Amino acid sequence: MSRVTSTAGSSLRGPEGETPRPELARTEGRNPSSGARIGRLEGSAIRGVLVREFTNFTSYWRSTTFSSTIDPTIYLLAFGFGFGTLVSQVNGLDYVDFVGTGVVATAVLFSSVFPSMFGTFVKYSFQHTYDAILAAPVDTEELVTAEALWMALRAGTYGCVPLLVAMVFGLQPSLGMLLVPPIAFISGFGWSCFGIMIAGLLKSIDNFNYVTSTVITPTFLVAGTFFPLSGLPEWAQIAGNFNPLHHTVELVRHAAFGWDVGADLLHLGALVLFAIVMWRLAIRAMERKLIT
Amino acid sequence: MTSLTQMPDLAISLRGIVKHYGTIVAVDGLDLDVPSGTCVGLLGPNGAGKSTTMKMLTAQVIANEGEIEVLGFTLPAQSKVARAEMGVVPQLDNLDTTLTVEQNLRVFAHLYRIGRDDRHAAVERALEIAHLTDRRTAKVDELSGGMRRRLLIARALVHRPRLLLLDEPTVGLDPQIRQELWALIDALRTEGTSILMSTHYIEEAQRLADTVTIMSNGKAVASGKPSELVLKHAGTEVLEVYGPPARLAEVEADAVAAGIRKRRTGTSIALMGIEGRNGDLPEGVRRPSNLEDVFVMLTGEEIG
Repeated sequence: MSRVTSTAGSSLRGPEGETPRPELARTEGRNPSSGARIGRLEGSAIRGVLVREFTNFTSYWRSTTFSSTIDPTIYLLAFGFGFGTLVSQVNGLDYVDFVGTGVVATAVLFSSVFPSMFGTFVKYSFQHTYDAILAAPVDTEELVTAEALWMALRAGTYGCVPLLVAMVFGLQPSLGMLLVPPIAFISGFGWSCFGIMIAGLLKSIDNFNYVTSTVITPTFLVAGTFFPLSGLPEWAQIAGNFNPLHHTVELVRHAAFGWDVGADLLHLGALVLFAIVMWRLAIRAMERKLIT
Repeated sequence: MTSLTQMPDLAISLRGIVKHYGTIVAVDGLDLDVPSGTCVGLLGPNGAGKSTTMKMLTAQVIANEGEIEVLGFTLPAQSKVARAEMGVVPQLDNLDTTLTVEQNLRVFAHLYRIGRDDRHAAVERALEIAHLTDRRTAKVDELSGGMRRRLLIARALVHRPRLLLLDEPTVGLDPQIRQELWALIDALRTEGTSILMSTHYIEEAQRLADTVTIMSNGKAVASGKPSELVLKHAGTEVLEVYGPPARLAEVEADAVAAGIRKRRTGTSIALMGIEGRNGDLPEGVRRPSNLEDVFVMLTGEEIG
């Protein structure tokens, strides 16, 4: 739809009264019902929010990329070579390969849940960015969806970094690894929505500490990243099935070292279910926060 | 959906709007009209319900009771279509501070769904409105307060809206920057854009608004052209009497007895509508009545 007409011929003048000024706004009548439709999850609304995120990303990508590369390298060095001297093989894999694939899930978690928790809260509470976006033709559902998609894209990208780092340390590339980005994307979408939901539910950014300690730290440690869950007590193994990060770890390892079709479909199903439930919960929490 | 082959006569129409948060009533049966092509000033002290009312027009606040129509669309159901046709200048600066002037405008050209072919021209036009063409590559962080506010207004105009909402557009700005922004808003009004502007600066409303609605405690307590409101509530002349507190109390009591409308200011008492009276008045300074007299009398608020 075209909204811009020529500025020529305007009689308006600037404060100094010399230079012609552009016509400021459209004043001619037009039929609004023909130009815009009322729909949910409109592509143009989601695209607008993504453009905003991408444009902002161009101003901070260096620091994000730096930490997303250095963090998994440190984990690999610390665990791979630290533990690696004690443990040479786990479940038939070299320990460096075991950790190198497992840390993909850690990278996905950290590059989605923290930016979404803190970023959402800052944009809502301190920068008032969401006030500006919701004053445009964008609804909360579209805003939350676009924000989660953006962070999922980042998680899908940065999630692959540990694999590349592990390859430097000897991990053999395989065709199945090409499916790691989409796995990281789905998992990242779920965790981003989880973070947005937390930002929508909590009243103070200080309270995020409770979530980090009670949810994120155990999730990250008991996912089968650094040690297999099979060595844990039975209750912990059962609890592990409710940890979406565990399903991420399993899918990534199987993508790298060979599928176990039946189990992997279950892992994928659990991850997709997690993403969908969190998506709806995030929208609900943000609607309650943003629309009063 | 309302048939809208022609512009509706009212850009905004609020009927019997009630909004409460728990037991706190923010808006209490508000009626408000913004005729197309006019600028309406929403005047009221802090806490009168102005900002809540503004947020209802973008459906960020949902009314408990009443009917809202914006550009012929019923809110909140058709809010998104209405929002595509309006621009909003918020009270709080929410520009992306690490982006450049041009990037800020470009992002909103996308959010307001301007097509690829028209985007460049729209951004250039907005840069000209903001007088920031030569600062296009400057980060928002590097701009002065006045430049940021101009950019905020230009951002709301990037899609050529038919309706502009201005929430306290010049709050906290230097006098010369306020006048510069007034010139910009006045130019918009002259072009025929419908404007609803909330403010608690009397002068701003008096200069820019075709009609003014004065809000107090969530209600509209008066509505009309500024000059008519002044005439109706404060006459044409005011006598400002200065003196020690005891003297002022005496003058106030005499005024009440004589049926003269009055209001207190910090240091004086103003007797309103005193044109045609002579002998029975105390010593004081005569001046023309103004909108501030009406505002203070109706809202019971004193302005420092």
